[in-house]
Amino acid sequence: MLGYTITQWLFGILSFLAIMFALMVVFTRNPVNSVLYLVLTFFCIAGHYLLLNAQFLAVVHIVVYAGAIMVLFLFIIMLMNLNADTEPRKHIVTRVIAGVVGGVLLFVVVGALKGAEQLQIVQGGASQIGLVKNLGKVLFSEFLFPFEIASILLLAALVGAIMIGKRDTNINLK
Amino acid sequence: MLNGIPINFYIMLSAVLFIIGVVGVMARRNAIIIFMCIELMLNAVNLLLVAFSTLHNDASGQVFVFFIMAVAAAEVAVGLAILSMVYRNFKTIDIDLLSRLKN
Repeated sequence: MLGYTITQWLFGILSFLAIMFALMVVFTRNPVNSVLYLVLTFFCIAGHYLLLNAQFLAVVHIVVYAGAIMVLFLFIIMLMNLNADTEPRKHIVTRVIAGVVGGVLLFVVVGALKGAEQLQIVQGGASQIGLVKNLGKVLFSEFLFPFEIASILLLAALVGAIMIGKRDTNINLK
Repeated sequence: MLNGIPINFYIMLSAVLFIIGVVGVMARRNAIIIFMCIELMLNAVNLLLVAFSTLHNDASGQVFVFFIMAVAAAEVAVGLAILSMVYRNFKTIDIDLLSRLKN
């Protein structure tokens, strides 16, 4: 097909969709629609992971991000009853300045990559390191200690979220 | 060039996604949307880490992405708890109104 392989077509389509949905996240007024577009962006990124043969991360990404974190966002937004009418908007000058700054930042990054080596290739499907077996071996041998620390971090976050979110904040220390 | 995708394309894609997140943080006033844009930036970085880990055939990059996901989950849980507490006390999550850190 026009000299491109299936992998390259999929990369192009997924990249286009991811960028479009990411733009919609920023430019939609209704916060609920924003969350849904962000979920679609995350599905596109999970597709990229599959294209890179990082199957474990693709599944974890969908389960953790699209499944857990985004549901949390949606829950909080619906709890606060936010919609397009209550959405505060920045002044038009601020938004134009934000766009200009973003454009300049993109220009700098693209300019910095101008002289970079062009020949390096990511081989789609050739790499085996993203499979659960290989990643598990690395995670539970080389990165065992950080893994345990991460569990303590999650426990601390759990306790902290409950403490902060409690309705009665007048804790008697005596 | 027959089968693969140049790493430059992944760098470009990640840069574009990251900058969309940066613009979102600067252009929106709703604190929850700003949180979501930060998530978008984290995911752009994650995508680049996975691309480079596949390129160099090194599993450390993907393990790093796994840890970043765990830290992001913790951050979102605490951040949203703080935001819901702020909303309960001030009845708004507009960051321009909350910028003074006092009543």
